[in-house]
Amino acid sequence: MKGSPFSDRNSKTSDKTTINVTDGTLIPLKDEGSLLSAWNISFFGAIALLVLLPILSPDPYLHILSFVPDGLVATFSVTLISIFFALLIGLFAGLGRISQNRSINRIATVYVEIIRGIPLLVQLFYIYYALGPLLRLEGPSAAIVAMSVCYGAYMAEIFRAGMQAIPRGQMEAALALGMSRSMAMRKIIIPQTIRIILPPIGNEFIALLKDSSLVSILAVSDLLRRGREYASTTFRYFESYTVIALIYLVMTLFFSRLVAMMEEKLRHRGKVH
Amino acid sequence: MEKYIEIIDAVKNFGSVRALQGVSITVKKGEVVLIIGPSGSGKSTLLRSINRLERLDSGRILIDGESVTDPGADIRHIREEVGMVFQSFNLFPHLTVLDNITLAPICVLKKNKDEAIETARRLLAKVGLSDKEKAWPEQLSGGQQQRVAIARALAMNPKVMLFDEPTSALDPEMIKEVLDVMTELAREGMTMLVVSHEMGFARAAAHRIIFMDAGQIVEEAPPDTFFTSPREERTRKFLEHIL
Ligand SMILES: Nc1ncnc2c1ncn2[C@@H]1O[C@H](COP(=O)(O)OP(=O)(O)OP(=O)(O)O)[C@@H](O)[C@H]1O
Ligand SMILES: [Mg+2]
Repeated sequence: MKGSPFSDRNSKTSDKTTINVTDGTLIPLKDEGSLLSAWNISFFGAIALLVLLPILSPDPYLHILSFVPDGLVATFSVTLISIFFALLIGLFAGLGRISQNRSINRIATVYVEIIRGIPLLVQLFYIYYALGPLLRLEGPSAAIVAMSVCYGAYMAEIFRAGMQAIPRGQMEAALALGMSRSMAMRKIIIPQTIRIILPPIGNEFIALLKDSSLVSILAVSDLLRRGREYASTTFRYFESYTVIALIYLVMTLFFSRLVAMMEEKLRHRGKVH
Repeated sequence: MEKYIEIIDAVKNFGSVRALQGVSITVKKGEVVLIIGPSGSGKSTLLRSINRLERLDSGRILIDGESVTDPGADIRHIREEVGMVFQSFNLFPHLTVLDNITLAPICVLKKNKDEAIETARRLLAKVGLSDKEKAWPEQLSGGQQQRVAIARALAMNPKVMLFDEPTSALDPEMIKEVLDVMTELAREGMTMLVVSHEMGFARAAAHRIIFMDAGQIVEEAPPDTFFTSPREERTRKFLEHIL
């Protein structure tokens, strides 16, 4: 007699259902009161500063606030477009990582290894300055290509881990009920994978939002660059960068909270066992 | 009575592991056959070849005259008629109990939803879990999950039920509730192949016991003869070990 229901070789043990978060802000959970209040202090504190500073001293804070929205649009465009392509690349590379086909598997694995071994800033420089002239890439497109290719590798690992976390018995049970392989994928495997990978994908989105500030180097007028432009014409470095930092903080804290809520919601239905 | 399941000289190798080395079994309609044997003797492989979760290297399997092993066999149609219950339950964790049971009848058999739900409720009553239809699998005990898994398989209205160590993953106090359901099913005339070492069930419900070792059938007999006067030395050794 076997002690655990999952000691059977037909069902893979999956301790890795929750994929660890290594980046981003601390995520508040319901049962962690102290974290929650830390989140409250940072989030509402930052918002309060962003509201109070322009009221108390309109020059320069109100000017800064009216100067940066363009940058916010650019930051979000780069982030959203990059995350879209990163998801696409990640899905295929992730499937490649679990493929039985040796060469596909090898290509996907090499891609992931190379990309994860090179800092994003170096990749940005490489694509913009080294390949840019060959590929004729403008700043924004180079930024998007670099971010997509880079985050695609991380997404690939999330997709791979997510699909491998589904026990083999799930597919077998579906087949045994007369489902076709593709129906089993659609009705059984993919819904469970999505529940597992949504939170880590949310966290990658937040990380990408922050990393998108790197593209300000490539002549992309994102949030950070707009702040820099303002600062360099007015010499209000302290005020400009304070506002920029606060805006990033509000955004990342806000999205972390969303991810945490999503995780909470998925928790009771998303478990594999 | 007619031959219902015919396994003829089944051979299956996994690399150098000879999982099945020429196994032949005939099961009649309504017969309950229990398969026992040491770990690695090929019991699961045999069961899994019947609905072709494993493909045989050679040999043939027929269910009600229809070939499973034929390359052109309509395997999905055959799987509709062969219910399988796994050691690890394998309920779909993202679906409620009711949806677990109705999914295949609706998607595979194209039953209409109300009809599928009605059948599911009847089966849940049968396995004693009428109050759990809205529950999620993870909210159930192992014994309850396994009974839902049995109901899920029965919802396809199968001709044959395969059980692969259905109680091995259960705490002792839950084993009985699952065996009771299986015994009831046997009494109703379901054709069943069961891999299990539950001797109580063997005595109560099995018509025949097959002892496998190293990919071969060593001995088969009705429960009373099998337990009291086994012919083979290997069987005797094994019985000493488990009884
Ligand atoms: N997919 C597989 N790949 C490689 N070897 C396998 C595979 N499935 C089974 N085997 C091997 O085939 C042999 C028979 O396995 P099988 O699972 O049928 O035994 P069993 O009688 O069900 O054992 P248990 O009581 O442990 O469940 C074993 O040696 C096993 O390791
Ligand atoms: Mg087995």
